[in-house]
Amino acid sequence: MRPLDELPELDNADIARYSRHLILDEVGMEGQRRLKGASVLCVGTGGLGSPLLMYLAAAGVGRIGIVDFDVVDESNLQRQIIHGVSTIGKPKILSARDRILDINPRCQIDLFETALVADNAIEIMKPYDIVVDGTDNFPTRYLVNDACVMLGKPNVYGSIFKFEGQATVFNYKGGPNYRDLYPEPPPPGLVPSCAEGGVLGVLPGIVGAIQANETIKIILGKGDTLSGRLLLFDAMQMTFRTLKLRKDPEAKPITELIDYEEFCGVASIDEGAAARETEPEGFARISVQQAKTRLDEGWKPFVLDVRKSHEADIVSLSFADLLRPHEAVVAGEHDGIPRDRPVLVHCKMGGRSAKAAKALAAAGFTDVTNLEGGITGWAKEIDTSLPVY
Amino acid sequence: MAVNIAIPTALRAYVGGNGSVDVEGATVDEALDNLTTTHAGLARHLRDKAGKLRSFVNVYLNDEDIRFLDDKGATVLKDGDSLIIVPSIAGGR
Repeated sequence: MRPLDELPELDNADIARYSRHLILDEVGMEGQRRLKGASVLCVGTGGLGSPLLMYLAAAGVGRIGIVDFDVVDESNLQRQIIHGVSTIGKPKILSARDRILDINPRCQIDLFETALVADNAIEIMKPYDIVVDGTDNFPTRYLVNDACVMLGKPNVYGSIFKFEGQATVFNYKGGPNYRDLYPEPPPPGLVPSCAEGGVLGVLPGIVGAIQANETIKIILGKGDTLSGRLLLFDAMQMTFRTLKLRKDPEAKPITELIDYEEFCGVASIDEGAAARETEPEGFARISVQQAKTRLDEGWKPFVLDVRKSHEADIVSLSFADLLRPHEAVVAGEHDGIPRDRPVLVHCKMGGRSAKAAKALAAAGFTDVTNLEGGITGWAKEIDTSLPVY
Repeated sequence: MAVNIAIPTALRAYVGGNGSVDVEGATVDEALDNLTTTHAGLARHLRDKAGKLRSFVNVYLNDEDIRFLDDKGATVLKDGDSLIIVPSIAGGR
């Protein structure tokens, strides 16, 4: 903890603004000065970053760094509440900065319009007291973790999937880090992304607010943080569960940053990599453009949609023959799919259909083609009258 | 001994969409064996070919990670124990 005489003073405007904090014994003048003197780096300004940044700014955190390279898209607004219609198409860091400064113009905002990568992570993270992980992918999460361990900074972690969230504080006062919890990431494609799997809009709001809460407690040096505990939140069952999180005695020491794309791409070298490299005979891929050309030339494949029925309710291809979720196809439900015709398999973006198509080819279907880019690609490139979801 | 195993959203498709499953088993490993025998699609998500729990999936006996129990997977189950499967997730946008 920084000594009191190194902390910035509060002026009368600060005192008026933070009165609800100042009358809390646990915050008071000292705590508010700690907040004013604190610096926090937030990696990602998406679903988790939105509430997190807004609450940190409102709470009076003096310096906030933001890392993101994305631009605001309309489909973000269902959950990324820091952005709005007026900033669609703008870089997220600029949209976030404008909203933060509207909440609290006294915040110093540092902008990093870049992806966080091994080459820049140490330099970007070094000046900050605390790093908050609001990213959406395994490579960046392992990178944030490893850099925090090397720099000795706490890493306030949150992640979400559909209706479930996880949160904890890594690497705080010698506590466990991400690699103690999960030594390796899952192989690519095993866990669907939010774009493929969907996410309840309010879920990142809840988990991001928990990350803000933990960040503020670390700055204040008060209360019990989630260090050493993994919080599981289930929005459907409305349950919070805390599990014990320990240092793994078998974990290798973290001494350097590595190639995280490679680490996350080949970590599970048994089935994951093998499944990607060995494509079964009879399996092929086609782009939406190529598919359109071939269909116009008279190609008549049996078209299998492997999405869920509620997705087919949103939009379907007019020439689809059968709807059957990919899990069912992978599990061997092949009745009704002809073996004497070419089969064209599609889903939303091409991931699930690739699994289903490979399963069919492996089961002896001799001419199975995956539609790369899925119905989303079709809607964007071929038939723009279709909605994109 | 019947034990309740909580199934995370990401794996519910392999157990008929259920949030939890009751299985028989005298030990943690036995309960997991019975789970993956009944729901074969789940097996490759939990264990590698050697039968080892995957490094991106943790199993908790009540609130304790089985990797840190003295007897690990061989830990004997008691009446009222529950198991929780917790996979690594990365979403954030």
